[in-house]
Amino acid sequence: MVGGYDALDALFNLQRALEARLESDWLRGGTTGGGAFPPINVFQQGDSLVAILEVPGVQKSDLDIQAKGNTVRISGKKAIGYAEGVSVHRRERLSGVFDRTLTVPMQIDVEGIKAEYRDGVLVLFIPRAESEKPRAISIN
Amino acid sequence: MSPQELQVQEKREVERQQESTVPARAFLPPTDIFESEDALTIVMEMPGVDREDIAVNVENGVLNVEGRLDFSKYEGMQPVYTEYNVGHYRRSFSLSSKIDQDRISAQMQDGVLTLLLPKSEEAKPRRISVG
Repeated sequence: MVGGYDALDALFNLQRALEARLESDWLRGGTTGGGAFPPINVFQQGDSLVAILEVPGVQKSDLDIQAKGNTVRISGKKAIGYAEGVSVHRRERLSGVFDRTLTVPMQIDVEGIKAEYRDGVLVLFIPRAESEKPRAISIN
Repeated sequence: MSPQELQVQEKREVERQQESTVPARAFLPPTDIFESEDALTIVMEMPGVDREDIAVNVENGVLNVEGRLDFSKYEGMQPVYTEYNVGHYRRSFSLSSKIDQDRISAQMQDGVLTLLLPKSEEAKPRRISVG
């Protein structure tokens, strides 16, 4: 349940954290493949990365996700259709196609990527490749 | 003609009329509004909002819509690169037609809220006979 004093505080802290990382150079321009839609936030969670994309109005079947090496490509289309014979008072929503490639500074375990789509938000769980994980070296 | 490439829409923050006691920000959902003979349809984009967390009411001819974001899924995650902020959504419209508030229906699909606001009988054109 959302609500209460602690929740409001938590939201403010999250908003500040997101603001602080705004357009950090962590990706070093790595998202230039394709357009700027959809907007992406990337989080670290343990050894993995979590990319969260907002694509409201896009149907799950219209989303295409491909992964290779250290890139994840997200493409699709957003269609808006309204009945004829209505008078339009306001039109702010946009429709069209998109194709964006996210390049992350690590090798990805491509087989281990998971995608969830709910309420217009696409969440990609991107695990680090085993070969990239630090290993303890024993001294002989 | 090839389909148009989608552009990013910067989120617009709700402008506060009074100073808020809460520091967190809220955003204005991008909205389409159209009208037919007997209803007004309002379509709002509120990604990340569950259907259970939407509140709609009409008061003094003003439609108020609020969508609350469940941000608990962000717990324990460290942002490393961000392009957008998140928050609750809020928007109000003054209605030109009389709406039958009891018959407002709402549908949520893929982060898009569609509100159907049927006009009340008194708002529909009426024939007056001269006695």
